[in-house]
Amino acid sequence: MTASERPLTAMIGLPDGPPDCAAYGRAGGWQAVRRALRDMTPDAVIDLVTASKLRGRGGAGFGTGQKWSFVPKDPAATRRKYLIANADEMEPGTFKDRLLLEGNPLQLIEGMIVAGYAIQAGHGVIFLRGEYHLALDRLNQAIAEAHEVGWLGDNILGSGFGFEIHVHASGGRYICGEETALLTALEGRRAQPRSKPPFPQVGGLWGAPSVVNNVETLCNLPHIVTNGADWFRALGIGPDSGTKIYGVSGRVRRPGAWELPMGTPLREIVEHHAGGLRDGYRLRALLPGGASTAFLDAGQIDVAMEYGAVEKAGSRLGTGLAILLDDRTCPVGMLHNLEHFFAQESCGWCTPCRDGLPWVERLLQAIESGTGQPDDLDRLHDHARLLGPMGRTFCAHAPGAMAPLASGLNLFREDFEAHIRQRRCPLHATA
Amino acid sequence: MATILIDGRACPARTDENLLQACLEAGADLPYFCWHPELGSVGACRQCAVKQFSGPDDKTGRIVMACMTPVTDGAILSIDDPLAREFRAGVVEWLMINHPHDCPVCPEGGECHLQDMTVMTGHARRRYRFAKRTHRNQDLGPFINHEMNRCIGCYRCVRFYRDYAGGEDLAAFGAHDDLYFGRYEDGALENAFSGNLAEICPTGVFTDKPFSAVYSRKWDMRGAPSVCAHCAVGCNTIVNARQGSVRRVLNRYHDAVNRYVLCDRGRFGHGFTTMSTRPRAPTMRQDGLPVPVSIATALDRFAAMAADGPVVGIGSTRASLEANFALRALAGPARFSTGLAQPEHDLTLLVPALLRATPARNPSLHDMEAADAVLVLGEDVCVTAPRLGLALRQTLRRAAYPAADAAKVPRWMDAAVRMLGTDAPSPLLVLTPAPTDLDPIAATTHRAAPDDLARLGFAIAHRIDGTAPDAPDLSEPETRLAGSIAATLRAARRPLVVTGLHHASAALLHAAANIAAALHAAGTDPALSLVVPDGNSMGMALMGGLPLDAVRAMAREGEIGTLVVMENDLTRRLDAAALDDLLSAVPHLVVIDHIATPLAHRADLLLPATAFAESGGTLVNTEGRAQRFLPALAAELPLQESWRWLQQCAQAAGTANAPDWTDLDQVIAAMAREVPALAGAADAAPNADYRLDGRRLRSEPSRISGRTAVRANISVHDRPLPQSPDTPFSPSMEGAYATAMPGALIPFYQVPGWNSVQSLNRFQQEIGGPMRGGDAGTRLLDHDRPHDWHRDIPAPFTPAPDAFLLLPAPRLFGTEELSTLSPPIAARATPATLRLGTLPPGLQDGDTVRFTLAGERIALPIRHDPTLPPGIALCPPHMAARAFATPVRIRLHGNDTP
Amino acid sequence: MSTADPTLPPELRDRITGLARAEHRPRAAAISALTLVQDQFGWVSDPHLAETASLLGMSPADLDGIATYFNLIFRRPVGRHVIMLCDSVSCWIMGRDAVCARLQARLGIRPGETTPDGAVTLLPIVCLGHCDHAPAMLVDRTLHGDLDAETAERLADTLRTPAP
Ligand SMILES: Cc1cc2nc3c(=O)[nH]c(=O)nc-3n(C[C@H](O)[C@H](O)[C@H](O)COP(=O)(O)O)c2cc1C
Ligand code: SF4
Ligand code: FES
Repeated sequence: MTASERPLTAMIGLPDGPPDCAAYGRAGGWQAVRRALRDMTPDAVIDLVTASKLRGRGGAGFGTGQKWSFVPKDPAATRRKYLIANADEMEPGTFKDRLLLEGNPLQLIEGMIVAGYAIQAGHGVIFLRGEYHLALDRLNQAIAEAHEVGWLGDNILGSGFGFEIHVHASGGRYICGEETALLTALEGRRAQPRSKPPFPQVGGLWGAPSVVNNVETLCNLPHIVTNGADWFRALGIGPDSGTKIYGVSGRVRRPGAWELPMGTPLREIVEHHAGGLRDGYRLRALLPGGASTAFLDAGQIDVAMEYGAVEKAGSRLGTGLAILLDDRTCPVGMLHNLEHFFAQESCGWCTPCRDGLPWVERLLQAIESGTGQPDDLDRLHDHARLLGPMGRTFCAHAPGAMAPLASGLNLFREDFEAHIRQRRCPLHATA
Repeated sequence: MATILIDGRACPARTDENLLQACLEAGADLPYFCWHPELGSVGACRQCAVKQFSGPDDKTGRIVMACMTPVTDGAILSIDDPLAREFRAGVVEWLMINHPHDCPVCPEGGECHLQDMTVMTGHARRRYRFAKRTHRNQDLGPFINHEMNRCIGCYRCVRFYRDYAGGEDLAAFGAHDDLYFGRYEDGALENAFSGNLAEICPTGVFTDKPFSAVYSRKWDMRGAPSVCAHCAVGCNTIVNARQGSVRRVLNRYHDAVNRYVLCDRGRFGHGFTTMSTRPRAPTMRQDGLPVPVSIATALDRFAAMAADGPVVGIGSTRASLEANFALRALAGPARFSTGLAQPEHDLTLLVPALLRATPARNPSLHDMEAADAVLVLGEDVCVTAPRLGLALRQTLRRAAYPAADAAKVPRWMDAAVRMLGTDAPSPLLVLTPAPTDLDPIAATTHRAAPDDLARLGFAIAHRIDGTAPDAPDLSEPETRLAGSIAATLRAARRPLVVTGLHHASAALLHAAANIAAALHAAGTDPALSLVVPDGNSMGMALMGGLPLDAVRAMAREGEIGTLVVMENDLTRRLDAAALDDLLSAVPHLVVIDHIATPLAHRADLLLPATAFAESGGTLVNTEGRAQRFLPALAAELPLQESWRWLQQCAQAAGTANAPDWTDLDQVIAAMAREVPALAGAADAAPNADYRLDGRRLRSEPSRISGRTAVRANISVHDRPLPQSPDTPFSPSMEGAYATAMPGALIPFYQVPGWNSVQSLNRFQQEIGGPMRGGDAGTRLLDHDRPHDWHRDIPAPFTPAPDAFLLLPAPRLFGTEELSTLSPPIAARATPATLRLGTLPPGLQDGDTVRFTLAGERIALPIRHDPTLPPGIALCPPHMAARAFATPVRIRLHGNDTP
Repeated sequence: MSTADPTLPPELRDRITGLARAEHRPRAAAISALTLVQDQFGWVSDPHLAETASLLGMSPADLDGIATYFNLIFRRPVGRHVIMLCDSVSCWIMGRDAVCARLQARLGIRPGETTPDGAVTLLPIVCLGHCDHAPAMLVDRTLHGDLDAETAERLADTLRTPAP
């Protein structure tokens, strides 16, 4: 594949580490800022991104241009607005944003300048996972350099547009990745999600119009502005445009992440790029896009990894990084691990999530450890049914938690029953 | 008005409310926890789930949280839907996972919202079989118990305490299912409204500590509507009593006054009623010692005294209108004193006159909450009228409404509205000599001596309306400040000016009135609120009488045979020398009181009166609202209401036209005839002959038990209960009770299925609106006099090199006379200090200084407070020197430290 | 450094005040300020928390509500080194339980505890974004992947000088 076919990662993995401003420019960087700030109106940038059909890479897949278009356009100079990069990557099984942050921080910075210009926000914030120490150092260094060179600061390229970026290192909570909780965290509060309306685009950080975009989403922008919407749309194989960073973890030969055309079949990712399952293991099922997506079973491996197709298959594209369950790993144990995560990471604001998830976790633990009771399965089904649909809990955390549970209860029914019947895990937790 | 369909029933609903409110107003039983009518919606507990359908053809519907969903015309919803029911039962089941199920030993039991909601959802069987988590509890001080294990994580406590009341020392800690609601460390809750947690928390985490110590079930107590007497706001309360003693005070909702919230002074101040030192029998001084006597002997003694010469009566601003009127009737209007010394007497009488003559609204507390600019001039309302200060705090919440409206966020969507209001400018402008609790949220604060604040006030008025007189010789910064405040107030639609008698300054009152009048002339809709000191100061102002100074003059002239002092500790009004002068010139001193005051110890005849909980009467609050309190306990002879004592004294003395009243209503009727300004007080509440469905109202919940059992060691027979002629209540559980009872006659809130205070929803016309049966009380003041500018502008305050102007700095706890006798309040009172802005040479923070104050030589530690204006000192009134209440100049005598 | 000095050093106070000033509201600096304190002392003691709160114009309760909410702020002393072993799904599949068991045995502590010599604290952590090198763990600021019981044990040993 040529560099232009994998624009996001072209500059990643250089022997000397991430490029500096000059190297980034030599390799084609900064063109987008030049083009946008010199030749395009903010609305033209929004229109271009809308035409590119870029969809959010943070998990929900919302149209990026459309999201921006909700930002009020009244006299910009008098109004504080914020452009926020969601770099809180904490979804288990997901490691794509770290790659982009550590590998090429200037790409994110350029994307943020473009996005900031489009919505006329003067303030950029990178909400970074607190554990990403290397990314923090590299981002701070890149920001300082970009500032020095003049890519950040007042009046960039004499355009009259000024933009600053601050990095906020999170105190650590999965829910901070949820965009409204992220805003609450930035305000120095317990990161509880907020109700909508107001949508962040209208009333976000400190009540000011704010756009929250995922790191990968933002990293696409320089390339879209530089190469155009048609080019970007053509990158995808199916209905979705662009490339996507896909990845695989679990018992495969070569776990990793790869930038591939949007719509690449899952089989190709698992078998070709990840090298298939390790010797002695068979694929049992997988979570296609992170811990909060529903299981697909091994037979569904030919699904195209694009928003619509994965949804049709009964799950979500999510972050696009798959977690594989092999035949020697206990599905009940895996669900217990997942629900332990979700229970721990509940923010504690709403009842069903705060008190329902720990119950689920304990039921799974009991079943896994051989003390399950027959009606425990009913309780688990109740929770999946009552918490699964959106709107029952305050935010999407609990529905996310119920996606693997609900699908897993169906898919692994016999495993559950065997656990309860035999009063032990028929497999050992890990082979 | 919209119409919504609830389970097929068409119900009217307002489009500015949410579906939960609409359902409750429609009388539906829809459970909830995190929503609170005064706190709005945040969607945390998920208990109020209902099914909403998009149209008549939608058969599937969608689960929504009623409290987070606005009413829309034609909305179709179902509470009864099986899935909605299952989800709600699930929510209670989740909430109960860690709950200790300790209802039998929980003080909340029987009036617990969690119990009610658990029953309502039908959750009855525990299916969770794993271990419960446990918490360590905290000592939160003398007011509130803490039992965190009962927490259901609804976040009401922190939302009330922090967001609503501005408290800083309570927070939510931890995350997921390991939440903790408490303080950073053990210690008394600092906020003045902490007691409300007992009512706000829907379960038994925060409960009333003094009440728990002598604990009773709600159904074992009698209730009576009452009015708080611990400041002039006049919050409406419910008094609960059992076995002859007051057990607790609860909030009684009044739409325009206290709404859902009482201050801690009001809630925990009732302890004086159960003091062991309380006078319980008439005593006569014989050979210098007080000797208990019978009522008849006491009255004979009074008759003998009265034969010795004219009777002069000294009334009280902490006693009811009826008690004062009875005294006035005994002594005659010309020999009746307000019990106030000048200048407080003059200023108190000035207040209603000013309110009547100023073209501005005289606002209720609820009205104040809607002000879009507030000037606080001189008065520290957070201590002189705490609930009023809380109302002013709410103006900030309203300041967020424009941003919320613009973002199309409903105003009850609490968290979102507060967030959108982050940068909304504060409407509060606080000009006071010393820092106040409102300062942190004020747009402007300014420190100056009272005279300088008054001058600033005059200057502000002049800048709003050029015809108002200007204050001469303002400094440059003062001129600028006056200009900017004038501009802010003028730009408001509903500006509010608040001042009061805190610094006994007529100039502050006049300046405030000028500002209000100027704002009126400038075309805004201004309000003027004047804060008087005591629970019935305003009633006394309307009744009128002589200042204490006049009584002293009469005594000096030998014109007093018997001085009757009623419910007034003159040691707080007159310094020791003045009081000695007065008493030595009076042959007989009669004291009527329900507390053992220093003055009572000097009485020749002491008549034990009932306290508020054992009597009925009327108080007029600072807004001129006459409000009736009714007895929760029968007065047991020889305790009698002051008015009964006075009426009997008049009869015994053979006074001409001695009244022959036998019940409270007769006193009120006589007062209405003789004091026209108080005629409206008769309408403050229905008379004792009020009947609902032809029956008296019951004062006890229908399930009252133990009435006989508690005295089973004496007798197992039911004992006939005394029937008070002063109230329309029966003394028992026999009688009528309905949600449409007059607001003035609500003895407790309870409806089937709703045993907690949350049942209040059923008694309101609409949630947060007036009571179904009409609000309590009646307003006596409306402006009806011609206006003229006030022109008495004081000279600038000039600090003297060797003296301080000592200003009274009342304490939330420890200043007000009655509450200070209540043990939990006393426990929160801190020792007096002398606060100085500038330290005189040779003195340091913490040094003790001596000075003469109100005739007493006192020594106080000093506290340096650099925010105070130069030349100003602060000291709590009545604490260091008993009679200190109004500003005086003092000279400090040297360093007393070794 | 598990015991705290009674007060924050002046430079730290200045940095916290500077952070607070740079924000739209001082409280927005809460996490960064707590992190600064923790970087210096290893954890956030009660007096440090109270002092930080006052620099941010917040009450201690308010700030502690935030400190106890987030995973990475330590309100109890930790060892000189902190091992955060991922306990999320990919690492679990790849055998983090065995790694954890070995670390526990070697260090003689359970997750959440600190070795008696104050050298190492062992904590679980959610997915570190290193799933392609599972099992993974973060030792202080350094990420380690492709662990097995032996490599993890060797790493832990280097943290304890002298080794036990
Ligand atoms: C519980 C939860 C966690 C989330 N975590 C992340 C995250 O770590 N990173 C991210 O970019 N989006 C996360 N999201 C999605 C964000 O809310 C939001 O949709 C996204 O940042 C928007 O960016 P995009 O439009 O560029 O995708 C999370 C959502 C939920 C409900
Ligand atoms: S303590 Fe009471 S009010 Fe606070 S969250 Fe718990 S149940 Fe709700
Ligand atoms: S009352 Fe509606 S969610 Fe709590």
